[in-house]
Amino acid sequence: MFNRIQTHLATATNRRRLNLAVLVIPATVWLFFFFVLPLFMVLLYSVLERGTYGGVEWQFTLSNYERLFNPIYWGVLGRSLWLALFTTVACLLVGYPLAFFIASRPPQWRNTLLLLVIIPFWTNFLVRIYAWIIILRQEGVINVLLSSLHLINQPLDLLFNSFAVTVGLVYGYLPFMILPLYATLERFDFALLDAAQDLGANDLKTFVRIVLPLTLRGIVAGSLLVFIPAVGEFITPDILGGAKTLMMGNLVQNQFLGARHWPFGSVLSIVMIVIVLIPILIYFRVADEKLKAN
Amino acid sequence: MRNALTLERRWDLAIRFLGRVGLWGITLAALLFLYLPIAILVIYSFNTSRLNAVWRGFTLDWYRSLFAGIGESGADVITGQIWDALFNSLWVGGIATVVATVFGTMVALALERFKFRQKTALEALLFLPIIIPDITMGISLLVFFSLVFQLIQTVTGVRLVLGLPTVIIGHIAFNISYVAVTVRSRIAELDPALEEAAQDLGANEWRTFYRVTLPLIFPGILSGALLAFTLSLDDFVITFFTAGVGSTTLPVFVYGMIKLSVTPAINAISTLMLMASFLIVLASLALQRRSLQL
Repeated sequence: MFNRIQTHLATATNRRRLNLAVLVIPATVWLFFFFVLPLFMVLLYSVLERGTYGGVEWQFTLSNYERLFNPIYWGVLGRSLWLALFTTVACLLVGYPLAFFIASRPPQWRNTLLLLVIIPFWTNFLVRIYAWIIILRQEGVINVLLSSLHLINQPLDLLFNSFAVTVGLVYGYLPFMILPLYATLERFDFALLDAAQDLGANDLKTFVRIVLPLTLRGIVAGSLLVFIPAVGEFITPDILGGAKTLMMGNLVQNQFLGARHWPFGSVLSIVMIVIVLIPILIYFRVADEKLKAN
Repeated sequence: MRNALTLERRWDLAIRFLGRVGLWGITLAALLFLYLPIAILVIYSFNTSRLNAVWRGFTLDWYRSLFAGIGESGADVITGQIWDALFNSLWVGGIATVVATVFGTMVALALERFKFRQKTALEALLFLPIIIPDITMGISLLVFFSLVFQLIQTVTGVRLVLGLPTVIIGHIAFNISYVAVTVRSRIAELDPALEEAAQDLGANEWRTFYRVTLPLIFPGILSGALLAFTLSLDDFVITFFTAGVGSTTLPVFVYGMIKLSVTPAINAISTLMLMASFLIVLASLALQRRSLQL
């Protein structure tokens, strides 16, 4: 009897293990072959010689990494970081009040307002970026409007510069900031505002001392969600930027499809991944320590 | 003393006033910022003027040129291509969504309903495709396919090239994660007691899943699939690097148009894409409503 129970339990565990394996294997295998392995190949390519017609020669070298020390590439790297940072701050400054506004409305209003924020998020990125060409170009909406009001004699150069790229980035990633901010602000207990008020704090003090610290999580999450894709962005500078507003993504594309220097393109991609992973790892580290502290 | 108090009170009221005005002002400005470009895009798709933003009259020519190739030079080339591109997009989106939804749901079930040692590693594996810049994923797949195809050619002599299958493989790879995250949050909300009850009543694991778990998490699976389909239709970067010649999807086609020249025909196609995404959003809302009522 005891033996039978034991075998029964054993088969049950085995079956459970089998179920787990069946559930996990397809996704894991797919991601291993078509995500992890390709990334390792990029790592491999980064230490190989450049091939004559694209591709690589199978010869070990570190020269591709040395090329990174060329100041030309620092400029691009610096610009990517700077534009992504600027975009993040701008999104925060616009997104926080908007998220706060939505979260402090009556419930029946909230969903409608949130939907208004989400709809652009669901529309094609390219299309949204393209819209800014119509607005910013020399024959575009702004220039036509200003010149018909006789405010300008010559059309302003609004397109193909960092201004246009920044506007495009903020426009593209604003919803990424608003959604996590709203998620934290929605859980914020607005009765705390009355409490602070009763204790004599004015709105500014209440905001700085109560609201801001309690919604820091949303701020950090939103900032990461904007900064990370913005750093690796390639379409926005490609469409709205010019030769002087190249970002890292453009450089990578150029190395793979234009200059045909795959190893150096691989080096640049690795740099990009590292830049993205650093803030993420810090975020998890801090979150982990907070969890332990509690 | 009394005077000082009122002064302080006035200061507080001024802050409150500024806060209110700022909150409303920024919210309105942000919503305007989100929607004005989209509105302008739609309006100018009906503008007679080809070259600039001055309104010259209403026309449907740009739409006609998309469908019938009337008017603009090169339009007849476009006509056939646009349908091919749309068809390709739907194919890629359809297949990638089905596969990614199945794999993603399976792995989500494993993560929520099983305990195993490598769970953190699996979570990290699923998290990476979401945070890694699109362009690194695109080029790593390009590197991977070119290497594998080279290998296959040397071994078997068969020459494979990039095309729709490689695009679909890439889309499945990034969609699995998004589906897994979406479905997982739904499973987490599910009361495990329901499944235990089913098992206590004599249903085996498969029957429990099929009759209890699946119907309950179905709305989550559906929104995961919808997200995957949208991301797939929206994707430009990964498709751009894995598509090769002759397997253009709609975003890649639009990108080509934007790069070639700015014509209101792009506005027309953008407007159609906008309408399609509005419809998807509305459909998903309707689905959510229904699932809430059920």
